[in-house]
Amino acid sequence: MAAVTGPHPDPVAPSGAAQRQGAARRLVRFDPTERVVHWSNATLFLILIATGASLYVPSLSALVGRRELVRNVHVYAGLALPLPVLLGAAGRRWGSALRGDLARINRWSSDDVRWFRSLSRDPMAELGKFNPGQKLNAAFTGGAILVMLGTGSILHWYKPFPLGWRTGATFVHDWVAVLLFCTISGHILFAFSDREALGAMVGGRVSARWAARHAPRWRAEVEAAAEAGRA
Amino acid sequence: MELVQERGTPIGRRVILAMLGLGGAGVLFGSAAQRVLARLGTPAFLPGSNRFRIYSVVGYLPERSAGAYRLAVTGLVDNPLTLSFADLQAMPATRMVKDFQCVTGWRVTGVTWTGVKLADVLDAAHVKAEGHAITFKSFDGEYTESLTMEQARRDDVIVAYAMENGPVSAEHGGPVRMYVAPMYGYKSTKWLQEIEVVRAVDPGYWEVRGYDVDGWVGKSNGRGDRPTS
Repeated sequence: MAAVTGPHPDPVAPSGAAQRQGAARRLVRFDPTERVVHWSNATLFLILIATGASLYVPSLSALVGRRELVRNVHVYAGLALPLPVLLGAAGRRWGSALRGDLARINRWSSDDVRWFRSLSRDPMAELGKFNPGQKLNAAFTGGAILVMLGTGSILHWYKPFPLGWRTGATFVHDWVAVLLFCTISGHILFAFSDREALGAMVGGRVSARWAARHAPRWRAEVEAAAEAGRA
Repeated sequence: MELVQERGTPIGRRVILAMLGLGGAGVLFGSAAQRVLARLGTPAFLPGSNRFRIYSVVGYLPERSAGAYRLAVTGLVDNPLTLSFADLQAMPATRMVKDFQCVTGWRVTGVTWTGVKLADVLDAAHVKAEGHAITFKSFDGEYTESLTMEQARRDDVIVAYAMENGPVSAEHGGPVRMYVAPMYGYKSTKWLQEIEVVRAVDPGYWEVRGYDVDGWVGKSNGRGDRPTS
């Protein structure tokens, strides 16, 4: 178990020093697979937003033009969008961390619900690896990918569909695009407001101090696992 | 330290399922919702508003001033023409208020179009007997369109030099564009440069990419839109 690294814990050190040392330790938050999946998604989303905007916003359409090329890039990037997560989660070994995190994102603890109901202000709520806002964002993004894939397919392979569906699919695709633009902008803003969280998606690790503050249950889990590994 | 493992509620899965349900409902009932939003007057930057989207097939916005503009009428004619913007303005004008329907679904209602009947331009050029169709060419260097001679001679097919009582802007295909009222927008060539009379219809830019050559609104491309003219 290599989840905990950093200075070697000294079994005879007094507990105060151990705690200080513990606070400086670095915990693995995202493994390489998760980071590759994340940045593949980010790249595809940026391509989709850029091409989608230049198909949709009149002044950008006029500026960018090349409608057929832009449309094709948009379609292929969209079709590729589910692949990073699927491939990342498929590997028995390389996908295990990602599958574990997807399971964490799916399930809300009673503390999560409390935290969410108090609009993140309840000081008694002990959070796990992800806070409910992150869980909600991840679930929304996952659902949005599926909805965009479905409606986008109706728009691209429109021949078999009745006109009303095509109009409806355009309507849904446009509105979900606006919502995704908002949530992704928010996601990026949050990332830049917490450099250590952003750093975890770049280098993979966070400090134990950060984990204690933002994800105390997860920190306890990781330390218990490390303890079990040492024992 | 003992960790109490709580399985928790699968809210993530519920969110995804709810979104799939809402998305499906949106596909089925979105066209009705869109009509309501259009009536309420949606802001232009949000989906569903009554506005033009700007489509160009080249990598830039073609621009030409009215002063430098020339329209060539060529091909199977006895009297080839080169018309300036002022020449077009000097011809009998036609004004009509009609909708613009795009084959991708959006429609702009009650647009005022002003121009010269294509039939008048063709008459001035004296079409030869073997001229049965028209090829339109854009000064974007890429776009082409087509009409049969019978379609081209309709009263609601005009060479437009004004839109909404002002000049046709570069975004809308100015200074001079076609407006083929009864057909989908792709039939109305923007940035019009040349009207060539030919023997038979030569399918245009989007037509070789799958759109119907006879692009009647509501009767082509598998669409049942309300006719525009």
